[in-house]
Amino acid sequence: MRIEFDEPKCVAAGQCAMVAPDVFDQRDEDGVAIVLEPAPGPEHQDAVREAAAVCPAAAIRLVGE
Amino acid sequence: MNRIVVVGASAAGLAAVETLRREGFDGTLTLVGEETHAPYDRPPLSKQILAAQWDPVRLALRTPDQLAALRLDLRLGATAAGLDPGAQRVRLADGEALDYDGLIIATGVRPRRLSGPGAHVLRTVGQALALRDRLRPGKRLAVVGAGFLGAEAAAVARGLGCVVVLLEPAPVPLAHAAGVDVGQMISDLHRAHGVDVRTGVAVSAVADGGVRLAGGELVEADEVLVAIGSRPNTEWLDGSGLTLDDGVRCDQYCAAAPGVYAAGDVARWFNPLFGESMRIEHRTNAAEQGMAAARNLLGAARPFAPVPYFWSDQYDLKIHAYGHLRGHDTVAIVEGDLAERRFLAAYRRAGRLVGVLAAGMPPKTLRAWRTAIANGAPSAVGEGVPS
Repeated sequence: MRIEFDEPKCVAAGQCAMVAPDVFDQRDEDGVAIVLEPAPGPEHQDAVREAAAVCPAAAIRLVGE
Repeated sequence: MNRIVVVGASAAGLAAVETLRREGFDGTLTLVGEETHAPYDRPPLSKQILAAQWDPVRLALRTPDQLAALRLDLRLGATAAGLDPGAQRVRLADGEALDYDGLIIATGVRPRRLSGPGAHVLRTVGQALALRDRLRPGKRLAVVGAGFLGAEAAAVARGLGCVVVLLEPAPVPLAHAAGVDVGQMISDLHRAHGVDVRTGVAVSAVADGGVRLAGGELVEADEVLVAIGSRPNTEWLDGSGLTLDDGVRCDQYCAAAPGVYAAGDVARWFNPLFGESMRIEHRTNAAEQGMAAARNLLGAARPFAPVPYFWSDQYDLKIHAYGHLRGHDTVAIVEGDLAERRFLAAYRRAGRLVGVLAAGMPPKTLRAWRTAIANGAPSAVGEGVPS
């Protein structure tokens, strides 16, 4: 699984960082998401799918599931 | 369970079908959508689409390949016209019957309108593009309703050089949701950007050449946007036996009847976190509730107890809010300064922290507050920045 993050779409909600804190964080200054693990391991994949699903900006796309 | 029907193909319906597949449902999965478009995102309609910053293709919530992978029986441009829960059957407007073993209702809301010709509303991509095409420098736009949708549209129109009047029946915009002080701040923000904000005015109808106020005055405008809230799309459920009460009435599992669940803007469910029934028209709730309803339909039996979240973009101000602000009895600015438009407001009910709203603050600082709301923090814990 690989994460494609469409940064200009991000609205800084932080939903991803709350659902999958090992894989996503937020920039301190504006809250825009940061992908910590662009190719998350199997142990993170359920949380990453959840993060992609709840992203209110549809900015997280998963490739190669 | 062999066949599940999901009625409504926007954010909630999409989240539901994706979750059903992810959780292993392998039967026939029918997704019915009234609009002819594949599922698309609505929050940008009053922001980037209206501002002509985005091509509408960016609204697509999934690629064609992603949709194909869901193996849907996809019915776009199809309208549900009736439900018989006893027979477990949805009737479409063209007469076709869809039998189901499980049903998820996600038919959303539609804008309330005013009488009179030619006014815009803003819910679908077609409506957004129709308004966008009329907004030009110097055009006069009257926005009826200074809620978040109307306020965002007013801000975009000012950015495009339109002459904007914002008409609001309440004395202070957004006061019922965000409190008088925050509402006043937003009102002042629009005035500072040159919007003619008129509060305490009752609009009676859209008229030729503008908007007619209850007192008879005509507010002249080239275009009128009516943004006075929404109505749940539940008429197709009349006579079904489901309880319809400003939305489809559901329990804490989002269940409206055995095997029948509802999600998104149309669902009024009991949120155990706040101990009350609520209907939430937020983008994030649509996805979360679609997922929750799908899991519970498959037997998860997990109460849906979210902390609601929304955001709003107005000019260069970004507003974030967590919780159930409408339920508050007190509001306090606990960080920053309203006058500087950089603040965090905490909302409480009977001493308990029920929501926060922040503007101009680093969004990351809100996460601890969200946790405090989810934990039902009393006011003593909610004072200052929770650790």
